[in-house]
Amino acid sequence: MRFRLRNGIAGAALAALCAVPAAAKTSVDPTALHTEELRDLFFGEALFNAHQDKYLDAIAGLDTELKQFRLLDDPELDPFSLHFGQAEFAVGDLELSYRMHREAGRAMEAVINGDVPQPIKNEAAYRLAKIHYHKQQPANALHALELIEGRVPERVRADEQFLRARVYMQLGRFEEAVALLKELKGDTKAESLAGFVEYNLGIALLKLGEIEKGVVELDSLGRNAGRSEATAALQDKTNLLLGYQLMEAQEYQRARTYFDRVQLSGPFSNQALLGAGWVEANAGRYDRALVPWRLLSQRQNTNAAVQEAMLAVPYAYGKLDVHSTAAVNYGQALELFGSQVDVLTDSINSIREGKLLEALRRKEASQVKNWVVALRKLPDAPETHYLLDLMASNDFQEFLRNYQDLNDLLERNQTWLQSLDAFEEIIAVRRGYYEPILPGLDVEFRQIDARIKMRLEQRQRLAARIDNLLVNRHPQLLAKSEETESRLILERIREILAHNPSLNSGETEARVARLEGVLNFRLSREFDDRLTEAYRHLQALDGVIATLQETYQHYVRRRQAATHSYQGYRDQIATLRAGLNRAQNRIEQLMARQGRMLEQLAIDELDQRRAQLESYQIKARFALADSYDRANELQEQRTDVRKVAEYQQQVQALKQSEPDHETPSGENPPAQEAPGSEEVVGDE
Amino acid sequence: MYRVLMATALLVLAATASGQNVSREEIRGLDEQIQDVKQDVISLTSELNRLEEKLLFPSNTQAAFFISLAASDEFSLESVELKLNNQVVAHHLYTFREIEALQKGGVQRIYTANVQTGAHPLEVSYFGKSKSGKEYRGTASYSVDKAVGPKFVEIKIAANQSAIDFQDW
Repeated sequence: MRFRLRNGIAGAALAALCAVPAAAKTSVDPTALHTEELRDLFFGEALFNAHQDKYLDAIAGLDTELKQFRLLDDPELDPFSLHFGQAEFAVGDLELSYRMHREAGRAMEAVINGDVPQPIKNEAAYRLAKIHYHKQQPANALHALELIEGRVPERVRADEQFLRARVYMQLGRFEEAVALLKELKGDTKAESLAGFVEYNLGIALLKLGEIEKGVVELDSLGRNAGRSEATAALQDKTNLLLGYQLMEAQEYQRARTYFDRVQLSGPFSNQALLGAGWVEANAGRYDRALVPWRLLSQRQNTNAAVQEAMLAVPYAYGKLDVHSTAAVNYGQALELFGSQVDVLTDSINSIREGKLLEALRRKEASQVKNWVVALRKLPDAPETHYLLDLMASNDFQEFLRNYQDLNDLLERNQTWLQSLDAFEEIIAVRRGYYEPILPGLDVEFRQIDARIKMRLEQRQRLAARIDNLLVNRHPQLLAKSEETESRLILERIREILAHNPSLNSGETEARVARLEGVLNFRLSREFDDRLTEAYRHLQALDGVIATLQETYQHYVRRRQAATHSYQGYRDQIATLRAGLNRAQNRIEQLMARQGRMLEQLAIDELDQRRAQLESYQIKARFALADSYDRANELQEQRTDVRKVAEYQQQVQALKQSEPDHETPSGENPPAQEAPGSEEVVGDE
Repeated sequence: MYRVLMATALLVLAATASGQNVSREEIRGLDEQIQDVKQDVISLTSELNRLEEKLLFPSNTQAAFFISLAASDEFSLESVELKLNNQVVAHHLYTFREIEALQKGGVQRIYTANVQTGAHPLEVSYFGKSKSGKEYRGTASYSVDKAVGPKFVEIKIAANQSAIDFQDW
């Protein structure tokens, strides 16, 4: 039974430890969200949001850009065309990060089935495989990987191989996984995966039954995985795994070495201390087992390993026959378990009252690191230290993120609904302002419009006349008003003279002809200059007309803008409001369901821990009673021994007081107490 | 006692608690419904963004200003102030995540305005620090020529050279 249980522990440890690296590396692919040269500001804005994990804003921004781009007549002329392919991938990646796996999968499948070059299809197949892997569907992931023809782009090649190896591992095809991981281990392009490759290789070898090779692989990683926080944790995890693996194989000395390698302040230190104690206890060295266990028992007392150590310490004292110390420790453990059972009961009640969900909805939950741990400080909040292991599980994390996402959507929609009210108010104000003044303005506009048209016609007539003058020279057409007047007077004189020839004389004729000659001469002489000046005036007129037309266009635009600022929104806003309200109803329902699942998970976890503590309480009570019995028994034995010794001393004294029966000293010394017994029980 | 303690070790190590009372189908069904509602809200958000822009910043008066950083992870932007037509219209203090996003090539829309056609003086001031803690400040002016269509101006802060580049889009 003892070893069956131990096998179970090691197996469970292996499974638990395998899970974390397998779930790693599912974040956004940075290549899709990086550009050397930005050619579109709005793509840059989407990147700005994406790099802050504001996925909804980033996806909405890119979606809008992609939609607008697809509607363009000449998309190749738009600067966004340079980011188009990248943006499509980026949307898929962002959807993946926003846990919209179906949409991301559809996007990638569209690329695979589309008319694009094979390397792009290969990359899409790799990303699709990643989605399936993340959704714990290894068979589908492998199917997607098999769609890859030839090689994937260089920058994702190592990741693709690593993913393939992990898929093989999940499908139990460890030989293929080992072959791939060995190849990847020596690859310089897989530096970002350093540590994870070795870890998975070690696990695959262990699963394949090549225990020694697996241990050697992990041993090397356990010595030096790297300096970063992540690799230091991986190193601890590896050593912990090796410790339990070797303890299972009853190699206690070697197992202890690995437990000792785990950092005392790291996240795996509690389990390592517990394991180190068990290694010594298994080897029968209970005094040495006490060292790590006692250290562990002084740590955060909500930790399961610490609570176990609270029982393990007196257990070891009992084995060392120090029953009274064991009893004291059992008493302390009982006290702790009692108080923690109450804490757990209060926590369960608090969760049932909705305090956990209330705390998770607060803004800090997504902004402050370890907020869920910190929320225990809030009044009436549950003791979240008990939920730490649960919180590390995939299910809880997914539920939590979904719940927080839904809450975010609910709040966003609420803000939009308020905005829609404000928009309607703005529209009403604009309508109230423009509608009364627009008819009057329109009348004025029509008058101006008629005047402009008239001026344009005049200008056209003038231009035509000037053009005609270039071909047919008519100086009188460029005469000034006084010259025209003079010409008309002379014509009148000619008419009068024609009707009354008696008035005519040679002198009159000569004078009229002279005046006509002077006039014609002047007109003829100044014709070219006047024509040039007429052109100049026409050009000046063009400027005036251009200004007039600009004013006209400006007015038209303002008129349209004024109309567009309040017309045509009613239906759109009504549709959007209805859409938002529908979404709100669905979100509330989904939040309630997701919240219930979260609460259920937390209550189950706390219930389980409470049951465990209650079971500890029962065992501790029995063990306490047993320790008291044994301690009393020992005490009685020691009292008996002491009484016998005192009796012997008295007998000796009596003998010495009788002179007839004097005995030489040193021949019959008094009985001594058991050596060291007082020292051991000195604290009782 | 020994067996009890060892059995509890199993619970400690196999800390992969999962919803025993919640079926996988239920989880998957709910997850898919959540994905659907996210998709709907994204579509609504796109449409609402367009409506908001059309209502509040019509294209004939719209002028938007964007901040970007020249490629360098040595420089950390602390704050930016924008003056348009001699009035402070934006003053932004950067969070760590925003700085990181800018350094990775993101572009921040810092201010959107409604302005008439014509020239508008723009003055940009920034304050930042290098990794070594050296402080950098800079101010630059630009004339924003607003025509009939929307106007987009990128303000690229070139950090260590204390330079600000303007680009019309």
